[in-house]
Amino acid sequence: MNAPALTLTQMRYVNKAFWRNPVSAFFTFAFPLMFLVIFTALLGRDTIVVGGREVDLSTYYVAAMVSFSVITATYNNIATSLTFQRDLGVLKRTNGTPLPTGVYLAARVFHALLVSLLLVAITVAFGTVFYDSEVPTGATLARLLAMLMIGAASFCALGFAVTAVIPNADAAAPIVNATILPLLFLSGIFIPIGDNAPDWLTWTARIFPVKPFADGVQAGFLGTAFHWSDALVVGAWGIFGLIMAARYFSWEPRT
Amino acid sequence: MTDIAVEVRGLTKSYGNVNALAGIDLQIGHGEVFALLGPNGAGKTTTVEILEGYRHRDGGEVAVLGLDPGRQRARLKKHIGIVLQSTGVDRFLTVAETIAMYSGYYPRPRPVDEVIEVVGLTEKRNSRVVKLSGGQQRRLDVAIALCGDPQLLFLDEPTTGFDPSARHEAWDVVRNLATLGKTVLLTTHYMDEAQHLADRVAVIAAGRIVAEGTPATLAGRDTARARVRYRLPGGVVPPADLGEPPDPDGFVEFAPEDLARALHSLTGWAIEHAIALDELQILRPSLEDVYLELTGAATEAVTAPGVRPPAARSPQ
Ligand SMILES: Nc1ncnc2c1ncn2[C@@H]1O[C@H](COP(=O)(O)OP(=O)(O)OP(=O)(O)O)[C@@H](O)[C@H]1O
Ligand SMILES: [Mg+2]
Repeated sequence: MNAPALTLTQMRYVNKAFWRNPVSAFFTFAFPLMFLVIFTALLGRDTIVVGGREVDLSTYYVAAMVSFSVITATYNNIATSLTFQRDLGVLKRTNGTPLPTGVYLAARVFHALLVSLLLVAITVAFGTVFYDSEVPTGATLARLLAMLMIGAASFCALGFAVTAVIPNADAAAPIVNATILPLLFLSGIFIPIGDNAPDWLTWTARIFPVKPFADGVQAGFLGTAFHWSDALVVGAWGIFGLIMAARYFSWEPRT
Repeated sequence: MTDIAVEVRGLTKSYGNVNALAGIDLQIGHGEVFALLGPNGAGKTTTVEILEGYRHRDGGEVAVLGLDPGRQRARLKKHIGIVLQSTGVDRFLTVAETIAMYSGYYPRPRPVDEVIEVVGLTEKRNSRVVKLSGGQQRRLDVAIALCGDPQLLFLDEPTTGFDPSARHEAWDVVRNLATLGKTVLLTTHYMDEAQHLADRVAVIAAGRIVAEGTPATLAGRDTARARVRYRLPGGVVPPADLGEPPDPDGFVEFAPEDLARALHSLTGWAIEHAIALDELQILRPSLEDVYLELTGAATEAVTAPGVRPPAARSPQ
């Protein structure tokens, strides 16, 4: 079989296992949607000033939850599932078969992208149906899709990279959360951060990939300005992740 | 291709300051079943995983099916099947899905149901891996190793955790492979397993091969002097050429130079004195005896089989 066909077949097995695993299906899939419902139900009628515009918090949260879904489906999902596979010895076994390692990893990446896409679609549909948030069109849509792709790919790469510092499966969830949660809070994913946020906070967040990614996604939904520099920061983190992963990724359990 | 499936010369490997392999030489012919015996930490897994291409050697020459597992691993992978000492599979796929998935990686796989049948998992075909018992999961490991129809099979402690009947079934699987002309390199802590399966065995201790041969002749088992053991009633002492005076339980044991002559004179003497010769036995060193001797009595305590679980499988 050629590589694309193999990748597709492999992806189907990844997909099967994903939906049968209650933990991955819940935390990756149901979690962001649950947050979306809770946040919009609690705060949806308030407004916030972002990029000089006053917007409904419900719309703000649709954008924020789109970012959040993509990050959990890629970074969290890849880092935890690969650590488990590594500790279980699945990676080592696979590494002893003729399956090209690139195919195995690509299947996981494409699956994560697919799950992200599905989550984004559901989130947007939810926003449209219940809160009349607008679906972007034209150039705005194109920029949004570009940002989503760059973000998803970069967070996948970072997910691979972080497995290098996860000693074993038990440590996977704590380490993944410890690395991502502060950034999610700092970047206004859960608690809205508008124009009146202190400068130091905004600038700290901008160094890391979550805030630029969330801002780029926000531009798609809130009509705020889109900066290609945001995409650049996210992409740079992705490349950094890729280099680290290539250097330190391990196919065998770390003892 | 030559007749040699695996050729190892002067193989060395250390982990930091642990000298795991101190110069291993091995030669395994095509179609041969070869068993590597040795106490915990002797270097069996290290040797096998170097041959499989997982670990890098420090020195020495290695050819597996004519290929260097260090530099030609990609080509080698198509022709070998591997059962690692501890390993897992995706727990949420079924047995049939798992085999189908791994079969897809090989150029000429065996039919999925045939492989499942061979390891006796037909009834569990549609069960998820998470629902299998430890021994059944180990059978699945063997099935996965078979699905590419490999020429050479590596089995690192394949039957640890098996119940006695499963072990016998596993032996049948290996023997069938041998009949098909496959080469098998296995490690084990079970002497009966080596005895039943292996055409040849090597004993490895502290990173060195200390003996090699067929299970029947290892370390001169066949030529070692037989020992004669019998029991005498209280107070009776045997003639000088038929052993020392009995131990407190009345047992006498001696190693005659000429077994036939010794037995002849022993039975003659016994009939003459109307002694029943309770529990007369002729003893030869078992594989276990020579193994324990070779690996040193000190390791006896830790080589008890079944001390480790078949595989590390943590909840997901
Ligand atoms: N990855 C590793 N890092 C450091 N030391 C190791 C590593 N793997 C093995 N060793 C050491 O090398 C020696 C040989 O180990 P190996 O696993 O080859 O033994 P073994 O014969 O397979 O033992 P067992 O019967 O317990 O499986 C041991 O002293 C072990 O502690
Ligand atoms: Mg071992």
